[in-house]
Amino acid sequence: MSRAALLVLADGRFPAGGHAHSGGAEAAVRAGRITGAASLEDFCRGRLTTSGLVAASLAAAAALGVDPGELDAAADARTPAPALRAAARKLGRQLLRAARATWPCGELDALAARFPTGAHQPVALGVVARAAGLDARDAAHCAAYESVSGPASATVRLLSLDPFDATGVLARLAPDLDHVAGQAVRAARTAAHEGADALPACSAPLLEIGAELHAARPVRLFAS
Amino acid sequence: MHLDHAHPGPAAVGADARCPDGTRRALRIGLGGPVGSGKTATVAALCRALRTELSLAVVTNDIYTREDAEFLLRQAVLPPERITAVETGACPHTAIRDDISANLEAVEELEDTVGPLDLILVESGGDNLTATFSKGLVDAQIFVIDVAGGDDIPRKGGPGVTTADLLVVNKTDLAPYVGADLARMAFDARAQRGELPVVFQSLRGEPGAAEVADWVRRRAAAWTA
Amino acid sequence: MNTTGVRATARIRARGDGRGGTSLPVLASDGPLALRRTRGSGGEAHVLLVGAMSGPLGGDHFTVRADAEPGARLRVGSAAATLALPGQHGGEARHDVRLTVADGAELHWLPEQLICARGCELRMSTEADLAPGARLVLREEQVLGRVGEQPGGLAGRLTLRIAGRTVLDQELACGAGAPGGWDGPAVLAGHRAAGQLLVAHPRFAEHPVAARALSETTVVLPLAGPAVLVTAVAPDALLLRRELDAALELLTTVSA
Repeated sequence: MSRAALLVLADGRFPAGGHAHSGGAEAAVRAGRITGAASLEDFCRGRLTTSGLVAASLAAAAALGVDPGELDAAADARTPAPALRAAARKLGRQLLRAARATWPCGELDALAARFPTGAHQPVALGVVARAAGLDARDAAHCAAYESVSGPASATVRLLSLDPFDATGVLARLAPDLDHVAGQAVRAARTAAHEGADALPACSAPLLEIGAELHAARPVRLFAS
Repeated sequence: MHLDHAHPGPAAVGADARCPDGTRRALRIGLGGPVGSGKTATVAALCRALRTELSLAVVTNDIYTREDAEFLLRQAVLPPERITAVETGACPHTAIRDDISANLEAVEELEDTVGPLDLILVESGGDNLTATFSKGLVDAQIFVIDVAGGDDIPRKGGPGVTTADLLVVNKTDLAPYVGADLARMAFDARAQRGELPVVFQSLRGEPGAAEVADWVRRRAAAWTA
Repeated sequence: MNTTGVRATARIRARGDGRGGTSLPVLASDGPLALRRTRGSGGEAHVLLVGAMSGPLGGDHFTVRADAEPGARLRVGSAAATLALPGQHGGEARHDVRLTVADGAELHWLPEQLICARGCELRMSTEADLAPGARLVLREEQVLGRVGEQPGGLAGRLTLRIAGRTVLDQELACGAGAPGGWDGPAVLAGHRAAGQLLVAHPRFAEHPVAARALSETTVVLPLAGPAVLVTAVAPDALLLRRELDAALELLTTVSA
């Protein structure tokens, strides 16, 4: 296992398309719910403990080797908003593209062949983590971090927020990130024995509502 | 460019010249340049000039989604299913250079849904003079500047002006009104670009984008040769 | 497990009577969970859940089971909102709803709101298992606290399976003890009522409903299966019901 591989995968510059997605931050900014660093932090904490925990659990389970098909169906059931399912599949496909060039292996080729329109991103992330020699905890950390780093960097662009404030938000969330990653790994281990129903299904109504409103808007900066 | 290396399994890298089934994919040409220089108008003119001879499609990278795509739709240069808009998260240069994955998805999806295609034009969102396309995304790139943006742009250089496969100096009809010295622009461009071609054009009246269209035709012929 | 609480299971079994009507071979009240058959309409049997005492309290575990068997058309409502309160001995209260709907049967599960009073700790779980040709309309509404009251803790999970496949699995945790950010911009942002309207109909397999926003806080979400979820948040229970009623009218027109 290589710790540096985790840095490569979690790097915001890893070319997997994340830069064009705000994780719901653009919709929340437009609705006047994110106005500065404090509300960004609240948004990120809420996203982390809901869809972030679900994503981290799916990623950890995939990294443990739980069948990606079962996990992908579980992700569908946990993602009622079609705009979010579409975004997750798109990001999953883009991640897999980048990962297959970065860590070429048969398991990633097989995943791409099995999901031609893309697997949910957290599921792809877990399989990619395996291919990169990482474990379930790394995959969970990576997914949890992505659930907040995307909104933070998007808000810097949307509100011209001081980037130091946005980075401060991420740093303050670090203990929560560790906690969520731990929860995710425990849930994933249970799911490895009992099936994907054992994974958390935490939801955030305003993320789902905002995602559909956002998708219907003719003018927007971010894809989701 | 590493265009012809063999790749086991489905293509993972955008620059691969062949589709997973072994057929040759469409030629991809990028159009970049500063805001308002006439990229979208040039794309529209190219579509009108080439649509009867080539099977083509367009990917736009708007700053605010769909504006350029909708301009092309209003101009009715292509049917809607041949135009795809990619969101860039306020960073158009990232989407064409640093993280090209969304654009690769878009070009491949166009080939899948409306293909086979001969040519895909990828239009960048308006950006600065350093914004160039990744070789992983396009096979050739056109950089579009205009005389109203300042006749010193060719002299200043920058990756777009210096390295693009074709430099287009647009809106030459405005030169007298903005005091642009076309001869000086041509001289500076030659100094920056050596043998790389430069086209001066005005899309108001004839011959419009005919010269750029000819350049694209030659590229397309070489691609399939 | 707190042993001082009340355990109660109420059961409803409905089946087609073969003459276009619906019979109720089982209608079993239990302790605080009282069931009444009320006047039906057409071939549809109506059942009202009447709370014989307030609850669930901390330590209580209530279960309601309803099975709509072949040919049944069953509509279940409740006489009043359910108020979750803290118990004398504290601890978690549980409220489980288990629904099954057979091929060709139809179940409308439309209880009144669940109100989480200050200090309550309620774990609510609703599972609906549908055969491929079953029809379901299900509404759940969570109200955080009585007017002006700090809400107690609620953890709810709503699961829909059609032909054994999980089509929706959704948890909502809010109020006291919920993970951080539950009242922030991503989750509820100060809204005190949240609701789900779930409509499953075999017709959706071939005629999917399009995703759409009915307002800035209510959206229609076609699921990855022949079902639609309407998700809404609102400042209070009244406004939430108005949104969900409008959505229900829209969806029943579509699935009729």
